[in-house]
Amino acid sequence: MAAHSAVLSMSKIINPFWGGRLGNTVKVFGTTLTSHRNKTLLTPPPAKYGGRHTVTLIPGDGIGPELLNHVREVFRFSCVPVDFEVVNVNSALETDDDMNNAITAIRRNGIALKGNIETKHTMAPSVKSRNNLLRTSLDLYANVMHCQSLPGVQTRHKNIDIMIIRENTEGEYSSLEHESVSGVVESLKIITRNNSLRIADYAFKLAREKGRRRVTAVHKANIMKLGDGLFLQCCREVASGYPDITFDSMIVDNTTMQLVSKPHQFDVMVMPNLYGNVVSNVCAGLVGGPGLVPGANYGNAYAVFETATRNTGKSIAGKNIANPTAMLLASCMMLDHLKLYDHATMIRHAVLKTMNETRLHTADIGGQGTTSEVVQTIMRIIQSGGQLTTEL
Amino acid sequence: IWYGHFLLPYLLNQILFSIALPQFLQLSLIQTVTLIPGDGIGPEISTAVMKIFEAAEAPIQWEERNVTAIQGPGGKWMIPPDAKESMDRNKIGLKGPLKTPIAAGHPSMNLLLRKTFDLYANVRPCVSIEGYKTPYSDVNLVTIRENTEGEYSGIEHVIVDGVVQSIKLITEQASQRIADYAFEYARNNQRASVTAVHKANIMRMSDGLFLRKCREAAEKHKDVKFTEMYLDTVCLNMVQDPTQFDVLVMPNLYGDILSDLCAGLIGGLGVTPSGNIGANGVAIFESVHGTAPDIAGKDMANPTALLLSAVMMLRHMGLHGHAKKIEAACFDTIRDEKVRTKDLGGNSKCSEFTEAICQRVRDMQ
Repeated sequence: MAAHSAVLSMSKIINPFWGGRLGNTVKVFGTTLTSHRNKTLLTPPPAKYGGRHTVTLIPGDGIGPELLNHVREVFRFSCVPVDFEVVNVNSALETDDDMNNAITAIRRNGIALKGNIETKHTMAPSVKSRNNLLRTSLDLYANVMHCQSLPGVQTRHKNIDIMIIRENTEGEYSSLEHESVSGVVESLKIITRNNSLRIADYAFKLAREKGRRRVTAVHKANIMKLGDGLFLQCCREVASGYPDITFDSMIVDNTTMQLVSKPHQFDVMVMPNLYGNVVSNVCAGLVGGPGLVPGANYGNAYAVFETATRNTGKSIAGKNIANPTAMLLASCMMLDHLKLYDHATMIRHAVLKTMNETRLHTADIGGQGTTSEVVQTIMRIIQSGGQLTTEL
Repeated sequence: IWYGHFLLPYLLNQILFSIALPQFLQLSLIQTVTLIPGDGIGPEISTAVMKIFEAAEAPIQWEERNVTAIQGPGGKWMIPPDAKESMDRNKIGLKGPLKTPIAAGHPSMNLLLRKTFDLYANVRPCVSIEGYKTPYSDVNLVTIRENTEGEYSGIEHVIVDGVVQSIKLITEQASQRIADYAFEYARNNQRASVTAVHKANIMRMSDGLFLRKCREAAEKHKDVKFTEMYLDTVCLNMVQDPTQFDVLVMPNLYGDILSDLCAGLIGGLGVTPSGNIGANGVAIFESVHGTAPDIAGKDMANPTALLLSAVMMLRHMGLHGHAKKIEAACFDTIRDEKVRTKDLGGNSKCSEFTEAICQRVRDMQ
């Protein structure tokens, strides 16, 4: 709290000179520092009316809408007690109204399932990435991705099982940029103690929960001594509280090199935002591609589920060749979060069975199947495995 | 125009060594190159490279220099003046691994060299080595990384206790320089396309500026194809199918990560060449691996990285014939599997490996 007032008072002093430039900085620090307070308030559970959950659905762009339609189809078929509140976001508009509606809907419902919203970088730089806006407004500080090799998919490395926990709100994605002199642009990378401790704590808690033995922090503290140095220090502090879990650190360029040659040495990895982007995409590529890995963004009060690599898939939109696996597995993660474990297991089992045994692969993993074929097969497996309503 | 300094000696080299002069005259025009052996295994591998060059009868004369930092007037750290003078005179340098000092009070040696000679482009060609099997075959790409600014500007502040700000600097001038260099390189080395790697969806202004400069450079070089791709998409596609990439140009941090990723694809830093291009025609070629103090002096080191960097240097100087010979000898020796150093999976000594390559080179004459 002292830090909060210090920042605000500092901004009051500096503001007259630097105008609005520091305003954004204070806003960022404001959210990260006040989130401290919210922890003590009671966070409401996800929306549930009459035994049915309501989940916000943001179709997004590219392959998002079609994949989410398939998810709805599968849910309807499997009698999952989830109703979707669809909120459309038009990425072509410059105003943030659509996005604010979506954020309000997520606050109302507590959970969301989303496709990726395109960021057209032909628009002015003041139009920020909508996905990023969502993550920071809802303070979804942890992005969790579990990369597992699926037995039915041909990859160069077998039996990979890595959990990646990525700080999701600050770091290089603070969107604080300015052009101080014409032709010289500065972009600020912010690392705070609070957020670093928070994400490290999350990582170790998750590692303990899942019975993992090792947590590796990925950083570049030899170059960014203060920023990544702070992150590393926070990780070490948290690690000392978990003596049963081994902690080590690795520099990001060495990490990527090791990932492509010896990926089995990694167990759980925790890192700031940008390195998380790189490492998660490398790992997704190692296990078979963007169509196979689901991702989740967790905050203290909200959770948003999506594909791990957050691709819009513009080039394959509307062609019925997208891989529905990632989105369906993400929806299973959502069902787990809603404590609908039976439904989650049923759908997950059907998806993995389709992937591993029936070999109905889509183009991205080297097959010739269509999305609808895959979804039909999944539904058929659910039908053959589950209870028939006539039997109830 | 700045690139006049660089283009003129290059053209001169081309005319003198490859086009106009017959073989015997070529051999008598010996060029001097500054050699920085480095620390740890540096001296051994430098000796190996010198031996191989001698066997290949390359017209290179070596001038050895030491670059341990000294404190100049005013307390500013700098490289020894004789090293600087040698580099400025010869323009071409070959460097072994340098020890990064911990708490020595001065910045890393590589950083110092970079600042002294304004080495703005780091070029790393990654080609799969036929004899050394990795899960990725047919890799043939080049990463060109901006080396002076970006995320590594070293500008950091503690704003309040517990909040650190690191500044990523992107300037128009540096972006233009690296973009122009990338297209020149593509043109000179017969590469078909250049891909700009960025994250302009998140870092709108900074990477946006970088991208704009790349697009402008693309307009000036219409014979080379230009594409742009997000950093995460590049990483994703790189580990699935590296053959789709040709020349990649990017700012500092992404370049650091991607160039090491590509090095990992072909077998690690022990077999990857690297070159740093500076202003005023200066070019320093180096091996990017560490000093390996645990095997220093034991004749166990692998000189491949330094050798391939030296080959890159020969190509830069226009001595394509010698470059091809030495490279072929090196690859043949590795493919042969009889004489390989420990890190490549064999049991031979560094001197044996070197001798095998020398023998092959002599046989090729």
